[in-house]
Amino acid sequence: MIPLDAASSSPWHFWGYFLDHRSQDLGYLWDHTWLSVVPVVVGLLLALPLGWLSRRYNWVYPPMMSITGLLYTIPSIALFVLIPPLLGLDPLSPLQVPIALSVYSVALLVRVVADGLGAVSPETLQAATAIGFKPLGRFFRVELPIAVPVITAGLRVAIVANVSIVTVAGTIGFDNLGRLFDEGFKLSTDTPYYPPIILGIILCVLLALVLDGLVLLVNRLLTPWRRAVPT
Amino acid sequence: MIRFDQATKRYPDGTVAVDELDLEAPSGKITVLVGPSGCGKTTSLRMINRMIEPTSGTIWLDDTDTASMPAHELRRQIGYVIQHAGLFPHRTIVDNIATVPFLIGTDKRQARARAMELLERVGLDPAFAKRYPGQLSGGQQQRVGVARALAADPPVMLMDEPFSAVDPVVRDQLQDEFLRLQDELGKTIVFVTHDIDEAIKLGDQVAVLRVGGRLAQLAPPAELLSRPVDAFVAGFVGRDRGYRALGFTSAGTIVTRDEPTVTMGESLPGSDGSWLLAVDPSGAPQGWLHLADEPHGGVVEDRMLYRGGTLATQGGTLRGALDACLSSPSGRGIVVDDSGRLIGSTTAREVLALIEGLPDAAEVGA
Amino acid sequence: MIGDVFSWLSDPTHWQSTNFDTGIWGQLGAHLRYSAIALVIALVIALPLGLWIGHTNKATWIVSAANAIRALPSVGLLVLLVVIIAPHFYGRTDTGYVIPTEIVLVLLAIPSILSNTVAGVQNVDRAVRDAAYGMGMTGPQVLFRVETPNALPLIFSGFRSATLQVIATATIASYVTLGGLGRFIYDGLAQQDYPQMISGGLLVAALALILDLLLALLQRYTVSRGITGRTRRSDRAGHSDEAPDPRSAVLTEDLAPEAA
Repeated sequence: MIPLDAASSSPWHFWGYFLDHRSQDLGYLWDHTWLSVVPVVVGLLLALPLGWLSRRYNWVYPPMMSITGLLYTIPSIALFVLIPPLLGLDPLSPLQVPIALSVYSVALLVRVVADGLGAVSPETLQAATAIGFKPLGRFFRVELPIAVPVITAGLRVAIVANVSIVTVAGTIGFDNLGRLFDEGFKLSTDTPYYPPIILGIILCVLLALVLDGLVLLVNRLLTPWRRAVPT
Repeated sequence: MIRFDQATKRYPDGTVAVDELDLEAPSGKITVLVGPSGCGKTTSLRMINRMIEPTSGTIWLDDTDTASMPAHELRRQIGYVIQHAGLFPHRTIVDNIATVPFLIGTDKRQARARAMELLERVGLDPAFAKRYPGQLSGGQQQRVGVARALAADPPVMLMDEPFSAVDPVVRDQLQDEFLRLQDELGKTIVFVTHDIDEAIKLGDQVAVLRVGGRLAQLAPPAELLSRPVDAFVAGFVGRDRGYRALGFTSAGTIVTRDEPTVTMGESLPGSDGSWLLAVDPSGAPQGWLHLADEPHGGVVEDRMLYRGGTLATQGGTLRGALDACLSSPSGRGIVVDDSGRLIGSTTAREVLALIEGLPDAAEVGA
Repeated sequence: MIGDVFSWLSDPTHWQSTNFDTGIWGQLGAHLRYSAIALVIALVIALPLGLWIGHTNKATWIVSAANAIRALPSVGLLVLLVVIIAPHFYGRTDTGYVIPTEIVLVLLAIPSILSNTVAGVQNVDRAVRDAAYGMGMTGPQVLFRVETPNALPLIFSGFRSATLQVIATATIASYVTLGGLGRFIYDGLAQQDYPQMISGGLLVAALALILDLLLALLQRYTVSRGITGRTRRSDRAGHSDEAPDPRSAVLTEDLAPEAA
């Protein structure tokens, strides 16, 4: 099916490889994209209340940071295979990868949200309260917007890390750009067959750059006041 | 003795921080460099221990050209105290103080014993020895910074705004203790500050620098107050300089009047005067009583006292004597002896007569 | 399923090696060996380099260059190096897989050690460095007696995240047919022996947690109490109740175990 002559196995043949397997590769790219993005969004939605709790109640902070630090210590491949028995899913469930990635994102972002909220100056908080904000309004209209730059810095780390971690799921058979490495490896039994490997690396790096850029763009749109101040 | 000989610091971009400075800091004295920001005072100080290398000119330490030896060896002979103390956070207080002795290879036990001695000398509890800098307040850290600079007993000390990062009350206290320490040790000190009051309080001589690193005036504090050489120095020295200059003139022996007193805890006498001085059993003044406010025959209590008045010491300065009169609610300035016991009272009119009787205004402080 | 995993793990034959099969102990040894070699090499390269860059502030582009490696997917890098290098070593040994794996592990471990060491040295309070020189310390004395001890918390956190990254990536190396605890995961997957696969995951997670704990203990006893703020409460001057977690200082580059 795949011609294995000398020319087509050259590393520079990745574009030809992409054209030959366009629909499959685009499918991998799409899977990879949503696997990178959705868990970070889920993670952020969970991290906001948890981060707020860790700031609101001082005693919550240390155990919260210990637990999230512990979760982040577990290697991704281990977390992938441990999620199903822990949650009672099938050993190879399509949910285990997004769940594991969400766990990482929460673990990273809780600290980021807590630290970001912690960076809001007490004067600002007192002023907001004095003006008459209720706690919830103060959180959404004052504290959260001010914490946005710190939170976006965390989001960038989380999303770029995810792009890389998703490829690990490719080694245990889940569809994403990691499968290109799997194919390259299997086709390299006698002589190296580079195109899918190079294509995978390039697409991963490009995806990471694009998603990182999107987060930066959202950050820019959400914090117009930072553009007014030259730095 | 430290001598700047045409010392210049010019940066590659052309700015001149210090311009052909000639200055001598005599042995055993405190020379204060003062001036607005950008006047090169810190640069001048740091050129002495070559934290900054002069572009041209020479700086002499007694008869040695400071450029003639390796910088680190020069620095080990010079105590150095900086604004935020710069204590090593990973070392205990005692080991911080012993830094230089350790560097020059002094026996560890001996170095630590000396460090403990210094700890007490700068007014810190020996219990601090085993603590870390992070556990000390800013003022305490600054005392350790001074002790560290003294550890190898260097003849010369450089101090770069050492007291400017602590609150005013602590600063005043640190300054007083610094002067007391200097009385005992007699180091050759160059001290940088932007605060003219601090310069006048601490300096045996004060060098006022102007922006661009030029020396505007070098003089003892009293002369600086009485005869600023130009408008820049006059403006920098600031207001009230006539009044402040009185701080350098002895009042001599003030002729006093006996002041009627009442001892704390005794009952109020029927007195016709409206203000009466309260003293403690040793005779030390405590405050004034306003008799019109108090019932006759009542017992003198703490809460009745007006404590506004400052005390002048017999043999002190004219400024102290005048201030005692001006600050006293009764208008009578209280004069005490060296141990704080009441001698008598004087009035502003009498102190002013003393001031006007001075031979010549130009000789104030001379 | 959990019961099956438990019985797989408690079966003593799974722990001992036979002529045909390497047991858990054997794979654990291999895993630790690969990881230790990579970490030692990375440390030998990145620590002196980081101290030098931080101290002299020269060649800071090296840090950016090393960090760029993190943007590459570790699996892709691993597979790429294996297909490049392995054909040169066909024969009886697994050298052809060990070498590319070690290269990848070293490449992944260097950035966090390097950038944390540089940041640690650069973060030393200016007044502290100024005082050190002013006391008459020479350049090397300032570096080793003042800057390094103060940078230790960050150096440690860099080494800890490098360790986690190496342990995790060494697991994936089993996918390119190398030994190590990852063997159980990939063999279990291939044989649809899920208790074995999950046990493998459990072993890897336990290894990572235990190593991190050991390093945390080591850090506790190496870093000065003056820096960690772990001082007796009665000794405190009454401020700074809790020292900031040094890990949060380089949060944005440090917390990704596999952000390779």
